[in-house]
Amino acid sequence: MTDFGYTLSRSSTVNLDEADRSLWLRLEKLEPDLRLCMACGSCSASCTAAELGGMSLRKVILDLDRGRDPAPIVSACMLCGKCSMVCPRGINTRHLILSLCRIYEKK
Amino acid sequence: MIYQGKQKIWSDYQKEIPDDHWFYVRSCIRQNFFPASEAYFVKVVRDLLGRDLYETPHHTTCGGIAYHSDTIPQETAMTIVARQFSLMKEAGYKNLVTSCITSFGNYCEILETWREFPELEARIREHLWKACRREFDKPEYVCHASDVIYKLRNEIAARAKFRLVNKETGEPLRVVEHIGCHYNKMFPSKGVGGAEYPYVLCGMVESWGGQVIDYPERRHCCGFGFRQYLVKANRGYSMSNSHKKFESMEPFRPDMIITNCPGCPYFLDRWQYVVAETQGKTYGQGGFGIPVFTYEEVAGLVLGYDPWDLGLQVHQVAPEPLLDKMGVPFNPETKYLGLNKKDILRPSLPSGLKCF
Amino acid sequence: MKENVIILGGGIAGMEAARQLLLLGERPVIVERADHLGGHVADWHRLFPDKSPAEDLLEGLRPGLEGAEIHLGTTVSSLNALKDGYNLTLSDGSKLHGRALLFATGFELFAAERKEEYGYGIYNQVITNRDLERWFNTGKDSRLSGRPLSKIGFVHCVGSRDLKAGNPQCSKVCCMTAIKQAIELKERFPFAEVYCFYMDLRLFGKKYEDFYIGAQRDWGIHFIRGRVSEVAETLDGRVVVKAEDTLSGRPLKVSLDLLVLMAGMLPNPSATALARQIRLDVDDDGFLRSRDNLAGIIASNRPGVFYAGACTGTKTVPETLAEARSAALAIHNYLQDAK
Repeated sequence: MTDFGYTLSRSSTVNLDEADRSLWLRLEKLEPDLRLCMACGSCSASCTAAELGGMSLRKVILDLDRGRDPAPIVSACMLCGKCSMVCPRGINTRHLILSLCRIYEKK
Repeated sequence: MIYQGKQKIWSDYQKEIPDDHWFYVRSCIRQNFFPASEAYFVKVVRDLLGRDLYETPHHTTCGGIAYHSDTIPQETAMTIVARQFSLMKEAGYKNLVTSCITSFGNYCEILETWREFPELEARIREHLWKACRREFDKPEYVCHASDVIYKLRNEIAARAKFRLVNKETGEPLRVVEHIGCHYNKMFPSKGVGGAEYPYVLCGMVESWGGQVIDYPERRHCCGFGFRQYLVKANRGYSMSNSHKKFESMEPFRPDMIITNCPGCPYFLDRWQYVVAETQGKTYGQGGFGIPVFTYEEVAGLVLGYDPWDLGLQVHQVAPEPLLDKMGVPFNPETKYLGLNKKDILRPSLPSGLKCF
Repeated sequence: MKENVIILGGGIAGMEAARQLLLLGERPVIVERADHLGGHVADWHRLFPDKSPAEDLLEGLRPGLEGAEIHLGTTVSSLNALKDGYNLTLSDGSKLHGRALLFATGFELFAAERKEEYGYGIYNQVITNRDLERWFNTGKDSRLSGRPLSKIGFVHCVGSRDLKAGNPQCSKVCCMTAIKQAIELKERFPFAEVYCFYMDLRLFGKKYEDFYIGAQRDWGIHFIRGRVSEVAETLDGRVVVKAEDTLSGRPLKVSLDLLVLMAGMLPNPSATALARQIRLDVDDDGFLRSRDNLAGIIASNRPGVFYAGACTGTKTVPETLAEARSAALAIHNYLQDAK
């Protein structure tokens, strides 16, 4: 292979045809309320681990939906449960995160 | 695909293309990339089809390449363009035809800017007068040379020695048409067929017996993008755009690519080599690439000119598989003989892309 | 002899106004260009928010029209303002005079082929909201028959909130219609994945939010915030749709078996042409200008001319019906006062 000093850039496109949503589907069985998220960001806005740790439940749910593994984001969660107090759709967000952690444990 | 739906759009975007008396301005770079394309445009239009096509050795770059590379301001490009117009006025012509797509876009953009801001036009008139004591008239029509070939496509078809048809199977060749962004994406109404479903090259392909394939990334840019290519750090980005197109067209098994821009055929041709060398992937049949042509080269092949006289030996992707499909005879021995049978030397062959 | 009240347009606004005018003892005359009453609603299958059949609504309006003079398949050739009312020449050559005139001229559905990048009329897999309702009604559409639909997309705001399409207005009903239609398709194709591409979701009315929640919770419909940029055909006869997934800040693409374009509401150009003949004010958005947008929606700048429904802007069905009743009452009062 020749080195030209440049090469193909990686595509950042979300290709839903190839997205692997298995993690979402597994979590959805345990947490059907997952579907209710409307990406308002209340959870992230009130999150104690957002500012310093980068936690965002909104992003976790979006990643799951688009077939990306949100493990690095979830690992910043402190499980304080503040997000469950603010979700306007009443999602039990702390429970949802714990269920996701259980799926990770089984993996 | 509802073909009639496309026909309706095509009929909405027809532009007036004068039939004769053109002032022809060449491209800065095409004679290096495709050394015979412009010469054969002149040969076909003037000598074969008997139209009046005028050129002047005093004409220069239009400044478009520098403008789009962010090295000159638009006012400078405007003054250069004003000088071209003054040459045209001097020669007594009103129909401008440009060889280059970026020139075409540049002329259209400048005329449109002057229409919106007449005070700017007045200032440029002053600049031109101060710089070289010249005056100009604006052209009545600005066309791209592919508009002219589009207009004359049926006259060319009537003289065709070969058609875009597979000689063995009798099937139409599967053709990817690729339009330069500056042809119709700046001003959709100034391109035959508009921006979404351009017809200028489709019309030629249909007239000459081929079949156009509509693949998902058809509208996507070749990736040249001026700074994307000119700055080496961005070059991978340029290639990635061509690569995206190759990946998208590959399942449609195209026999060839026809283009109407200086940059697109160059990059669609050369990047196939770099992709083969860096990714180990080729897109044609049997380890070859997909041959890429300018519309003048395709017109030349259809009219039966010698492929080496048309400059096809400077292509990176071997054109021979296509010549075989069309049944165009060629002599491999004379491939690297240039003008007056001068030996232009053989290039070394790439490792990943099959060539002759 | 009662004076004619001339109603331009026999959609639900014209029908309801005529029905109310008859109850008030007036003499309504409907002029309708189509060969049937009902307007756009007659093209529709079911109406939000209760998914009630559109036909039931029309069925409820029709009996009340007995006694109204109705000209179907008729357009207005010319319209003149006189001292004591308005004179019309109809396309069949007949003439009409009325002291009061009601514009119930409705809207025109945006011609989706104008958004060329979406490929309506070019790709078989691309239809409009109206095409889908017709298919629900008739079961006939060559683009939909005989194909399994496993992935379906909806494009909100087609020709709405779009300066390039010449219409900066929100068409108001499309968000809700898209969700309704998405659910109706899920009912027919339970295993299909359905994606709604939206800019904003405007679900302002009674029960609309319930629909949205239901679409997510019960039907698993995906909502992607991003405007579709282009549509192209794939080798296997689907369309690939590109948009930005604005929530993740990346470009997104997905291949679909069917793409439904939510064509928006535009001013009805023939209404505008008639309005100009008697110097009625036309608003910046191209719709007829109400005397004011709070208490005077149904009033015009001319005595005896009234408005009902989508001629003054995008309207839902209940808004249209309410305006029709209100206009009928205002016309009745106007005729009483004139005596």
